[in-house]
Amino acid sequence: MAKVMEGLYYSESHEWVRVEGNEGTIGITDYAQNALGNVVYVDLPEVDDEVEAGEEFGAVESVKAASDLYAPVSGTVIEVNEALENAPELVNQDAYENWIIKVELSDKAELEQLMDSKTYEEFCTK
Amino acid sequence: MNNRLYGNLIFELSRKGRKGYSLPKNRMGGYEIPSMMRRTTDAALPECDELTVVRHYTNLSLNNFGVDNGFYPLGSCTMKYNPKINEEMAALPSFLYLHPEQPTETVKGAEAVVTLLERSLCSLTGLAHFTFKPYAGAHGELTGLMTIDNYHRSHNDMGRKKVIVPDSAHGTNPASAAVCGLEVVEVKSMADGTVDVEDLKRIVSEQGTEISAMMMTNPNTLGLFEKSIPEIASLIHTCGGLMYYDGANLNPMLGTCRPGDMGFDVMHINLHKTFSTPHGGGGPGAGPVGVREGLQDFFPVVSPYHGNFSVMLRAYAYILTLGREHVKEVGSLATLNANYVKESLKDVYELPIDGLCCHEFVFDGLKDKSTGVTTMDVAKRLLDYGYHAPTIYFPLLFHESLMVEPTENESKETLDGFIAVMRRIAEEAKTTPDEVKSAPHLTPIGRVDDVLAAKHPIVTYQQLLHDKD
Repeated sequence: MAKVMEGLYYSESHEWVRVEGNEGTIGITDYAQNALGNVVYVDLPEVDDEVEAGEEFGAVESVKAASDLYAPVSGTVIEVNEALENAPELVNQDAYENWIIKVELSDKAELEQLMDSKTYEEFCTK
Repeated sequence: MNNRLYGNLIFELSRKGRKGYSLPKNRMGGYEIPSMMRRTTDAALPECDELTVVRHYTNLSLNNFGVDNGFYPLGSCTMKYNPKINEEMAALPSFLYLHPEQPTETVKGAEAVVTLLERSLCSLTGLAHFTFKPYAGAHGELTGLMTIDNYHRSHNDMGRKKVIVPDSAHGTNPASAAVCGLEVVEVKSMADGTVDVEDLKRIVSEQGTEISAMMMTNPNTLGLFEKSIPEIASLIHTCGGLMYYDGANLNPMLGTCRPGDMGFDVMHINLHKTFSTPHGGGGPGAGPVGVREGLQDFFPVVSPYHGNFSVMLRAYAYILTLGREHVKEVGSLATLNANYVKESLKDVYELPIDGLCCHEFVFDGLKDKSTGVTTMDVAKRLLDYGYHAPTIYFPLLFHESLMVEPTENESKETLDGFIAVMRRIAEEAKTTPDEVKSAPHLTPIGRVDDVLAAKHPIVTYQQLLHDKD
């Protein structure tokens, strides 16, 4: 059973975002890493890139498939997790600990479009 | 097949000064290569005698598994048998030694083959003209989309930059659209796996004036026949777009129904799949593009030559061998074989979308998921029983996709043998799961570390030497 963390916001394309003040930390869910299988490459954006809710901002490549990453919220990239460049398998080890990017949120109202942990858990069992 | 892996590299067999040739002395004089153009050091080539070279490549080839070795149900790839008469025709000296730059009046026979193949393909697809320039399926897709783009531009319709692609499409469709500078709009599938016409209506009503084309395969990626093509074609044509048929799944339609009659305007054919020419390992392919009357003026120049001519020659030999009557049996036999295997296994493998399939079908792993045995394990275990694995983890619609395409060539005995082994593996998953999870055991190499292979591929001898140091 895939792990779901309380207190995060979830998208239908299996990204999560943790919000602290105006800062959003974004990663993929445990369900996503499990479905992808062994991750061998994470294509990261650059700091200062603009991301838009619902649009792709990078990609995760596993031994099975390459999947685009979709931003759950809009904003400006303030940090990328560079550890993933050499150790993409960290995403498999702990998908919530090993975030992918941090953004400065441009519209907090967008969070209302995302799911809470309980709704996401149900979404995954569908 | 080899029981043990033959793993030598030709460089490792090289011994200084050993030769497999002897060139005559130059008695003519005056034809020396100018010293400024000569190498100053020897090229780093392997030095071997002829016997060593022959044994090396013969042993390497025995590591291989192909359609000539055994059953190869690799879904989506149409690994049909390549009849040897195709090879005989392609080896005729008058074709074999043609040069692409030869004067046209000396290649009338080859020209006739191109013309006759075009006529055959037109009558099989219901389209009016074909270009043979594309070298493979994806190259055909790109050529087809460029044709459509040229058509829209020709009457100053510059705003058509969107291509509608079903969410179940082959990955090449969005890739070709992107390479052509077009934007992809995804249309959803319904629960039965076919295109959701209501979602398409929404897209067309919102973005109709920007639609360049709709790309579809029929049957679709799940091997299901798309019944709503006339309605879809009418929606797209009404908004000014064109219908593109991806010929990836043409096999079950061969001789039964034609894309041109369904309302498609442009299509490509993978000659290397549907028309029995060798493929695998990346080539050689041929992706001729066909169009409705009037669109032939918009073909782009994607190559100065007629693609891979020897592939076209083999495809034409295949068509002539079958003839007008027997070509009709290809599609129905491919469909019968796939349905026979599907029905014989669906009580132990999960069939997410039940019903009649065409030439292929997709299981979503084993029905009993409690054993922890995955599609990857089943595929690996099949190798132990001497079968090529089916396509796995594609399409992405399911987590444990296992896609089987038996093709029309296989006898009932072969299919029964495969069914028995698939059932046996399902049984083993319950009784001896660890044996399945650690398969293959009987192949020259066991389970490969695909994570390491993806993260640190060694593809050249130099790299291997470097790694050894």
